[in-house]
Amino acid sequence: MSLAESVTDRLHRTGTANALELRGVSKMFGALAALSDITLTVRPGERRAVLGSNGAGKTTLFNCVTGDFPATTGTISFFGEDVTAFPAHERIRRGLRRTYQISLLFEGLSVLDNIYLACCGVSRSRFSFLRPRRDDALMASAERLLAVVHLEEARDTLVSALSYGQQRQLEIAMALAGAPRFILFDEPAAGLSPTERRDLIEILQGLPGHMGFIIIEHDMDVALRVSESVTMMHNGRIFKEGKPAEIEDDPEVQALYLGDGHG
Amino acid sequence: MAVSDPTRSFERSSDRVETGIRAPMQIWVLGLILLTMPAFASDFVIFQIMGWTFILGMIALSLTFLAGYGGMVSLVQMSVAAMAGYMVAIFGDSAIDTISQGWPWYVAIPLALIVAMIFGTLSGWLAVRTEGIYTIMITLALASAFFYFTRQNYVIFNGFTGFNGVLPPALFGVDWRGPQAFYYLTLFWAVVCYLAVLYVSRAPFGLALQGVRDNARRMAALGFNVTAHRVAAYTVAALIAGIGGILLTWQSAQISPGTAGIGPVIDILVIAVIGGMRHPIGPFIGAFIYVLLKTFALDALVAVGLSGERFQLLIGLGFLLIVFFSPDGILGLWQKLRESGQRDPLRDGGEGPR
Repeated sequence: MSLAESVTDRLHRTGTANALELRGVSKMFGALAALSDITLTVRPGERRAVLGSNGAGKTTLFNCVTGDFPATTGTISFFGEDVTAFPAHERIRRGLRRTYQISLLFEGLSVLDNIYLACCGVSRSRFSFLRPRRDDALMASAERLLAVVHLEEARDTLVSALSYGQQRQLEIAMALAGAPRFILFDEPAAGLSPTERRDLIEILQGLPGHMGFIIIEHDMDVALRVSESVTMMHNGRIFKEGKPAEIEDDPEVQALYLGDGHG
Repeated sequence: MAVSDPTRSFERSSDRVETGIRAPMQIWVLGLILLTMPAFASDFVIFQIMGWTFILGMIALSLTFLAGYGGMVSLVQMSVAAMAGYMVAIFGDSAIDTISQGWPWYVAIPLALIVAMIFGTLSGWLAVRTEGIYTIMITLALASAFFYFTRQNYVIFNGFTGFNGVLPPALFGVDWRGPQAFYYLTLFWAVVCYLAVLYVSRAPFGLALQGVRDNARRMAALGFNVTAHRVAAYTVAALIAGIGGILLTWQSAQISPGTAGIGPVIDILVIAVIGGMRHPIGPFIGAFIYVLLKTFALDALVAVGLSGERFQLLIGLGFLLIVFFSPDGILGLWQKLRESGQRDPLRDGGEGPR
């Protein structure tokens, strides 16, 4: 196959391929199967919620997709490209992003510097020995992200001095750095006040249409308002997939997810 | 996993120069003293004490860069420095003319630095796969391998005796080994290395290195190649150590396996820890104390009627005392004193950044 052919081929595939395609993905921790035989496809721009009780394997799923921990078996494709063997940073550079359930931020740095660092990571400047100048393009995009998550006033605050809710917003800003094509949100609403939840929903709904995401969320209210499809997980397996309304009304799901009181 | 431990956050090693060392006045005074020192200090002080301080400070600075900013304690830095010294002797001029190539300085010096950087990079490439105490062990193993190899290899490294008569080039007609010229030469390079580390610490590379130290997994999830970043830090550190190593070789006009024996290798760690790793000035403070102890401990011991050979005991005791009272070295002590002097009783408790 010539180079020209392979490039056209790849463009073609990228154009039509699913944003995310998992085939038979399993993750073993010793003898424990945290994920077994997950097969999942998400279209570009699709917004999907992943529901499930604690220990259902939702975060493990994210870790396998981003490469934080490699999958034990199965293949993962990102916009038509097989990324199964890629280390995490290579997947991120291809446009995949994630947030963490427990904020992983650089506490000794200011809010702006945290976002700036995220912008550097997905640019060629990551090895730069030159300090950013006043008209630095990455710094400018960091400032823009600051506005997206409403953290302008906290621009120069050290992260350790931020409120919990602000830290969650910063997590989201860092996931939006560069040109994300697909984002994994790991319980972004956990621990937020009702007002902060409203802001979060607004931010998620305001993302550009081509930017798909998967959101892990315990709060059905948040999950169902920002997503158009739902995947229900249980014991490391996919239990049910469908439209939010179908899932909400499904008696099996209600028995499992909402507990005996609703069952 | 959270990056919450305040002692391991960016703050300790970032821009202390704007916030920590209060008045620029102090910097001007220090600068003035350093610049005019040859006018009032003896040749012994400027060549032996200050010249040696600047050189050891640079080599220890390369460790501070790796350990303070990157969280990687490397014991191979003295070997990297010695490698640069050896290469200058081999590519340039020395009294061992059967081995020395006698190439001009503008070929020999860059080549020596490049070889040192390759050596440092390879060491880093081996070491970054390990963490904590294992990094120390593997770099110590590399350092002792270098020591024994240079001692036994006569074809390239001239074995036990090494090289003597390694002199700096008489550039601009100056004898750069003359006390004054050598003082300014070492001062210049020490300041260059110091400012370079300070500058890079706030550039993307330096910020990312500190990010890797605090949370490597998070950095990978931001698109950073953690391994490559760590290895690159070793390359940068090797350049700093290499400059120090060449100057060290010129100062004593010789290089031999003992230059990077296990003792000197550990001494570099001691210097960096005594000074404090939270700011690039630390290794120079540590080097100054080390050189003073090394030079005067003997006389001090004899003066109080003890045997002079015990001078290492004083160094060890000094090290113990400093580490006992302040794990952050002299810089940490300085910080504590300032804080206790400045504490505002109305706004007590918060250890704010400013």
